[in-house]
Amino acid sequence: MALLQLERISAQYPGAAEPVLSDISLTLGPQQLLVALGPSGSGKTSLLNLIAGFVAPSAGRITLDGVPVSGPSAERGVVFQDDALLPWQDVLANVAFGLELAGVPREKREAKARDMLALVDLAGFEKRRIWELSGGQKQRVGLARALAADPRVLLMDEPFGALDAFTREQMQELLLQVWQRSAKPVFLITHDIEEAVFLSTDLILLAPNPGHIVEHLKLDFGQRYSAGESARAIKSDPRFIETREHVLARVFSQRQGVREQRA
Amino acid sequence: MSLYQSPEPLLTRVPVKTARLQPSSFYVSTRAISVLTLAVLLGGWWVVTALEWVEPLFLPPPSAVLEKAWLLMTKGYMDSTLWQHLGASLQRIGLALFFAVLTAIPVGIAIGHNRIARGIFDPLIEFYRPVPPLAYLPLIVIWCGIGEFSKVLLIYLAIFAPIAIATATGVRTVDSAKLRAAQSLGASRWQLIRHVILPSALPDILTGVRIGLGVGWSTLVAAELIAATSGLGFMVQSAAQFLVTDVVVLGILVIALIAFALEMGLRALQRKLVPWHGQNH
Repeated sequence: MALLQLERISAQYPGAAEPVLSDISLTLGPQQLLVALGPSGSGKTSLLNLIAGFVAPSAGRITLDGVPVSGPSAERGVVFQDDALLPWQDVLANVAFGLELAGVPREKREAKARDMLALVDLAGFEKRRIWELSGGQKQRVGLARALAADPRVLLMDEPFGALDAFTREQMQELLLQVWQRSAKPVFLITHDIEEAVFLSTDLILLAPNPGHIVEHLKLDFGQRYSAGESARAIKSDPRFIETREHVLARVFSQRQGVREQRA
Repeated sequence: MSLYQSPEPLLTRVPVKTARLQPSSFYVSTRAISVLTLAVLLGGWWVVTALEWVEPLFLPPPSAVLEKAWLLMTKGYMDSTLWQHLGASLQRIGLALFFAVLTAIPVGIAIGHNRIARGIFDPLIEFYRPVPPLAYLPLIVIWCGIGEFSKVLLIYLAIFAPIAIATATGVRTVDSAKLRAAQSLGASRWQLIRHVILPSALPDILTGVRIGLGVGWSTLVAAELIAATSGLGFMVQSAAQFLVTDVVVLGILVIALIAFALEMGLRALQRKLVPWHGQNH
């Protein structure tokens, strides 16, 4: 099974004085859903771009099963904030796109794509055009597309950030179901505290200037949901509320710290 | 240069719905107004000539032009029928367009995609593009003679620049999230161009073809006015020398009709090929 390792990663944009990320070490293995939470400017997206291979770290090493990461590849699937679907293809072709790139014959890739659409509750939407879908449906197509290429790790860049609160909760539950079934390691970034606490098995809190990890929590609310407990029951559990308040306090104390530094 | 920004359709595709909301005793659609304008113009032409306010030498009546059209279609003018003149013109612009599309799109992709290609082609295109094609026609005639080749080459050059520039713009404005999405699905460099960059740039490419074809058509007619033995431009020019005004008017009308048909055809093609364009995606 896949094991993603980040060893003492730093990242710096060319020409910038301050690094965006410094000294990040992480391990992400099977059965793990790692959520990176932090205010804007804490380098969440940069971290995801590093793992995806869109940018190279200025120091440190990223490996997947011991093989160094060099550039984007199909073994690390990405779900983007604004779906990034291709409007000139219908839903089915979008989901099958990764397999098409890999040279899989049409019948085989379309069968796989149909399975993935069923997995994200979009069976029957195969021939729809992308612009006919709602925001939540587009994100589900994006998720199905990433999963169809059968990546070893799934990376998600604020996937539910642009959705309304109701759709967002549905999508969180859907993600947990998919994650449970596929058993792939998931790396997700968000700025929504409740989402982070609910989904993660591992929650890392990032602080800005430069981006670094201030806390690493092990949580089990997502697993409890997968085990059959209802989302509402979990979210009203005193332990959930306590964790959420703890994380909230940590995020606010960082902000306070930043303000005092600036003052 | 407003010429190279994506042009809005001259005629609104859909009648403006909001106008219907206003209670009004009579409603006339925009298209009906356009048709009415043309009808008034034609009517005015007919009245002016029927009452003999204008000498037929300056403005022949519509009936004379129509008669001439029939004559030209069946018997011909200057050794060729109207169809042969039309065919000669269409063949020239068709050939030029074919080779321009074949070469300008790859060059445009290279300019938009590759720094070195941009360094090479950008100054070349920007240098010759503002020069009116008729200004360098004499040089082409000196180099390549007065045969078909120089005319096709001139039109080709006129069409090439708008398509290449529009393609490069389209390539440069490809959504980087779509590129990254394709890369993280394992796309190679060529697959990126084939599956993401080319379809993304297609609306811009088609706009470039529309502009190019417009420029090409004017260049063609102008080139035929100067040096040709067939073609619509030649027909108009030689008729003017003998003061055969009805042929001149007829030729101008045919030229205008062809340009209009080309533009409408390309718009229909654009709607068919890029239905997602303007879908707020």
